[in-house]
Amino acid sequence: MKHNLLTRGAKSPDHAQFLRKKRLRSVGILTAQLLIAIAFLLLWEIGAREGVINSFLFSQPSKIGEQLISMLASGTLLPHMWITIWETIVGFLLGTAAGTLLAILIWASPVLGRILDPYIVLFNAMPKVALGPIFIVAFGQGFLSIVMMAVAISVVVTTIVVYTSFRDVDANMIKLVQTFGGNKWHVFQKVVFPAALPTILSTLKVNVGLSFVGVIVGEFLVAKAGLGYLIIYGFQVFNLTLVMLALFLILFVSALMYHAVAFLERRLLNWRN
Amino acid sequence: MVAISLEQISHKYLTDSGETTALTDISFTIEQGEFVGLVGPSGCGKSTILSLIAGLLFPSAGKVTLFGEAVVRPTHQLGYMFQQDYLLPWRTIEQNVLLGLEITGRLSQAKRERALRLLDEMGLLGTADRYPHQLSGGMRQRAALVRTLASEPQVVLLDEPFSALDYQIKLQLEALIAETLSSHRLTGLLVTHDLGEAIAMCDRIIVMAGRPGRILRILRVPDTIRALSPLEARESAEFHGLFRQVWRDFQDEA
Repeated sequence: MKHNLLTRGAKSPDHAQFLRKKRLRSVGILTAQLLIAIAFLLLWEIGAREGVINSFLFSQPSKIGEQLISMLASGTLLPHMWITIWETIVGFLLGTAAGTLLAILIWASPVLGRILDPYIVLFNAMPKVALGPIFIVAFGQGFLSIVMMAVAISVVVTTIVVYTSFRDVDANMIKLVQTFGGNKWHVFQKVVFPAALPTILSTLKVNVGLSFVGVIVGEFLVAKAGLGYLIIYGFQVFNLTLVMLALFLILFVSALMYHAVAFLERRLLNWRN
Repeated sequence: MVAISLEQISHKYLTDSGETTALTDISFTIEQGEFVGLVGPSGCGKSTILSLIAGLLFPSAGKVTLFGEAVVRPTHQLGYMFQQDYLLPWRTIEQNVLLGLEITGRLSQAKRERALRLLDEMGLLGTADRYPHQLSGGMRQRAALVRTLASEPQVVLLDEPFSALDYQIKLQLEALIAETLSSHRLTGLLVTHDLGEAIAMCDRIIVMAGRPGRILRILRVPDTIRALSPLEARESAEFHGLFRQVWRDFQDEA
């Protein structure tokens, strides 16, 4: 049998046909996805050159590219990216850890859970961004305030989702551990935590995004560096190309972090395959 | 020697809407090495009795003892088989089977080897490194049996362990469990709503009625049936006679 890329690994002619069809579809989907991005950028560029789009306000892809290259060359871009990534990672880890810890506490003590319930609901309903000025007063004009903003945005959602997944664990699995004489710690360690791990890990993907929101908002308010700062700075000096560039980089960084967490998720849950 | 003894047990569940009496005046004893069936309509408190013996619940009145000692908490003298296998999906079969030993802190190399040998005996050779979802329903329930036996109980409580299985698998597993319990000289208490299953597997049968849960009668399965395997027993003449007799009890009660 002659194989090409589309039929590689086929076990029989029918299987080859099946693989070919399946892979062709995947290629088609990828092509469509790329076409959308290319069409968007192309229309934007042409629109700007033809004057349909005001390139002073909305910039244009070629200018953004030039800005990227010149900032990379002068070494002024990467420090901004690193500081934003660093703040997001710290905020994300702290928010997830604190949220999970709180979830463990209210799982271990249902009474505490009931006592704290209205406060959790209140804090969850509150737009955390409104706390910005208080954070600045409490934690200063800089790194700590930004990280706290990221934590504030992700912590309660984590608690709620993780606690719910603890509570949804099959009662019979808990009973199983109890019939072996296991205590609450055994129940948590052997059943509840591993059972909830898939949910916790998929919360992490959401949390990266939330922490990123917190960091950008924090940078809007106080920063002297970072991608959020670049947006505000570019806006103030009316360099909208810089704003657009920062937006694209934010897109890039958030996709990167999402996939990093998704990769971690697959590694930790490989028992499912 | 008496393995399990219940004296004058009654049990109430308290809820917002009031109290329900789940069990009233339950007394029986089970000798070491005996295999006893507990049958009755659903909601008659069969599972509550198992939980009381296992030390997961405590009776509102009366005394439960295991080898002469009052039950105050679950102990490793006792193994529990559930309706479903409840193998933990993120653990391999080996890790699942060792769960009980791990929790009670008794895991040793010798015990690990014994557990792996039990897997072989149950026809699960080569599954130690697999995950539960890679096994069939019958294999999973056998792995659950190994998990129970691995922690070396003297008494095994079986809470309708066959009800979720296909008929054919169920017959095979009944035979396997009856054989395993007797060859390990274990005491067994089987809760089931399948009267035929109780007659085919057990030495004695405790027949219960519901609302509130109470014992209707306790009857001995004739030696002629007990000598047969569960599958053969179902085909013997005495089996049908006994089945009809207990069935009438149920009908009269209803």
